[in-house]
Amino acid sequence: MPAATTGVKARKFRGEVLITEDRCKECGFCIEFCPPKVLEFSKEFNRHGYHPPILVNEAGCTGCDLCGLYCPDFAIYGIRVPVESPAATASAAGVSPLGNDTSGVESVRQGGGI
Amino acid sequence: MGVMVPFNPVEPFLRSERMPHIWCSGCGIGTTVNCFARALAESKLPLDKVAIVSGIGCTGRVAGYLNLDSFHTTHGRAIPFATGLKLANPELTVVVYSGDGDLIAIGGNHFIHAARRNVDIKVICINNFIYGMTGGQVAPTTPVGATATTAPYGCFERPFNLPYLAESSGAVYVARWTAYHVRYIAHSMADALRKKGFSFIEILAPCPTLYQRRNKLGDGLETMRYYKQHSVIRHGANTRDVNLHFQGEITLGKFVDIERPTLQQTMEQRFRQVLRDRYAG
Ligand SMILES: Cc1ncc(C[n+]2csc(CCOP(=O)(O)OP(=O)(O)O)c2C)c(N)n1
Ligand code: SF4
Ligand code: SF4
Ligand code: SF4
Ligand SMILES: [Mg+2]
Repeated sequence: MPAATTGVKARKFRGEVLITEDRCKECGFCIEFCPPKVLEFSKEFNRHGYHPPILVNEAGCTGCDLCGLYCPDFAIYGIRVPVESPAATASAAGVSPLGNDTSGVESVRQGGGI
Repeated sequence: MGVMVPFNPVEPFLRSERMPHIWCSGCGIGTTVNCFARALAESKLPLDKVAIVSGIGCTGRVAGYLNLDSFHTTHGRAIPFATGLKLANPELTVVVYSGDGDLIAIGGNHFIHAARRNVDIKVICINNFIYGMTGGQVAPTTPVGATATTAPYGCFERPFNLPYLAESSGAVYVARWTAYHVRYIAHSMADALRKKGFSFIEILAPCPTLYQRRNKLGDGLETMRYYKQHSVIRHGANTRDVNLHFQGEITLGKFVDIERPTLQQTMEQRFRQVLRDRYAG
């Protein structure tokens, strides 16, 4: 939904999920309990013969980390990444833009849901 | 697709080199451990001041997967071990993480007496209604009518109502959740980590391999859906009224949160009173 047409303020963050595929045992908790339903089972197998999840709608992920909380195998988690370019947005939020900068990941992941 | 990354927020709390763990696909134990890692993060307790003690069972494996000082005791003896640990080193936060069979069957006597004495330990009980590790035998938590390896015609013994048992024995903090209620579990565990005295959290969790399969209740996910649909949260509910029935409604919440002097405090008070300056504690 473009912000301009709805009048809703553009999101300052986008969500991203990080998956350690070989830990997944295909229980489906993350897929079922993801609020915007943006995960599906991958067609690929992991090394133990399970299908790990895959993010099928990147724009829809809010980075809420519910998938991360539900996963019994510590195989997935969600993070919020400040949206690129407007540097003001990132600094106002108190986190540095991510990119490949792992220190940025460190500070973002502190926000992971409890 | 996501990428392989080493820094899942729960990673510092795990012994990552032991992953993947032994628990079956869809087993609820791992989800509760995930919540426990979040609670530890929130508590900001230094990890070298937290110790975890488990007994024997699938849940008993938890102590071996957490990056804390841990001890895997003999069956049923997690609470007495934890009691000694806490008394000998009072600055430790001592957590007992074990199964319904370990804590309430073979360890049942330790459970009631630790609650009675208000030992300052936090007891997390993963209740899957059976002895998981040994093949799904009937436990003192198996609901009437549920089938287990040793109850092929269905269980006909009345099970313990664990929150009521804990409260009436003397626990100062009592809560029940299901593995579906992840945010509540994490908050409740963080509450218990702060609380002084015998704190008890029961968490219902799927054992798809034995309990669910034998009772034709589907897999882990199906059970999580069941928990979602059939749970009601009633904080402060009278623990007498929170009995569980086979596939019945599940009452959840924080039922008890009171203050009472701990074993350490009553012991010190008594010794000071009687021994005066002869007491070194
Ligand atoms: C003294 C002794 N008796 C019996 C056993 C066998 N045993 C191992 S685990 C277990 C029950 C575990 O049930 P529970 O605590 O509910 O754990 P779960 O596997 O369900 O998580 C039993 C009876 C044992 N290891 N030691
Ligand atoms: S972070 Fe939230 S929105 Fe994104 S995949 Fe996980 S559960 Fe879904
Ligand atoms: S919750 Fe974890 S183990 Fe289950 S399907 Fe998702 S990533 Fe795999
Ligand atoms: S047997 Fe049951 S309790 Fe044990 S790991 Fe498997 S699902 Fe979990
Ligand atoms: Mg059990």
